[in-house]
Amino acid sequence: MHELSIAQSLLAIVLDEARRHQVNKVTKVAVKIGALAGVVPSSLTFSFDLIKEGTKAAEAELVIEQAPAVGECHTCEGEIDMSRLVEQCPHCGSKDIEFTGGQELYVDHIEAE
Amino acid sequence: MAEIEVGRSILEANDKLAGQHRERFAASGVKVLNLISSPGAGKTSVLEQTLKRLQGRLNCAVIEGDIQTDEDARRVAACGVPAVQIQTQGACHLDGVMINEALAALDLASLDLLIIENVGNLVCPVDFDLGEDMKVAVLSVTEGDDKPSKYPALFQQAGVLLVNKVDLLPYIDCDMERIHRTCHQLNPEQKVFDLSCRTGEGLDPWVDWLTGWAKG
Ligand SMILES: Nc1nc2c(ncn2[C@@H]2O[C@H](COP(=O)(O)OP(=O)(O)OP(=O)(O)O)[C@@H](O)[C@H]2O)c(=O)[nH]1
Ligand SMILES: [Mg+2]
Ligand SMILES: [Zn+2]
Repeated sequence: MHELSIAQSLLAIVLDEARRHQVNKVTKVAVKIGALAGVVPSSLTFSFDLIKEGTKAAEAELVIEQAPAVGECHTCEGEIDMSRLVEQCPHCGSKDIEFTGGQELYVDHIEAE
Repeated sequence: MAEIEVGRSILEANDKLAGQHRERFAASGVKVLNLISSPGAGKTSVLEQTLKRLQGRLNCAVIEGDIQTDEDARRVAACGVPAVQIQTQGACHLDGVMINEALAALDLASLDLLIIENVGNLVCPVDFDLGEDMKVAVLSVTEGDDKPSKYPALFQQAGVLLVNKVDLLPYIDCDMERIHRTCHQLNPEQKVFDLSCRTGEGLDPWVDWLTGWAKG
């Protein structure tokens, strides 16, 4: 539900980078969002497109890369798909497993002219 | 055309403010909890029961986040504890700016424990660090035993889980074992207390643990 405030923070970062690098216009904004971050990509795009009007990012395309929920086994060090809750490591059966990805929420890069 | 590496967290402004608040809390020697649940799980009821039991043990204050009313703040104030109301004007979570405003009304140095009741919502508050020492999740048994696996982020991050309304277990199908198992998987370190704000069952162990934690 808070995609609009996320979009505002995102736009502030993009415009700050545009100012610091003295570019005329931003053409692409690439962000990474984890599956567990609680942010709906389509709502974020909708919100971002709404508030970018009249700024240096008015024509910027928002490209969202979704990061999967993954974990790691402490016993065999194997990577585990955590998109559904798993009780034990599918590789070795160990229960000593931990989330390692899925919370990401950051601006990776922008493209500008 | 130029590609500019950014690598900045979208929540950096809030995270920065949270960091400042965390330093302020530590400097004042006050421990801070961020209480999160879906609407109606029993956050305010837990507060009432907890504050009552903490009287004479810890100096407490509460920040109440509500979308519209000040009803919860009045319930807490009735327990004899300072309560600051934040009305979020529709926002689904509290953020650092709101906490910053609320802190102006509190004398942190006189407190041992500050509890922030977040807006009723299982998803959004989790993203917004308020500078707390610990998140506390409240889950009521009537919501269903599948909630931790459906909304893992909160249950993964909460240092304490309070499973509330256990007095209603005889009337519903809720597998407590499943709640405990899922949460243990999401966060093996988590402290879990099963309780009922209606009957008072299970509240003393939680309040005793909390007292020790706040003094530690
Ligand atoms: N049977 C039963 N009812 C409870 C218990 N705890 C709370 N309730 C009831 O659940 C309802 C909601 O409780 P609140 O404490 O207002 O819940 P909340 O999480 O603060 O709600 P919001 O702030 O609106 O999100 C009230 O009618 C309470 O009386 C409990 O242990 N057992
Ligand atoms: Mg409440
Ligand atoms: Zn393994």
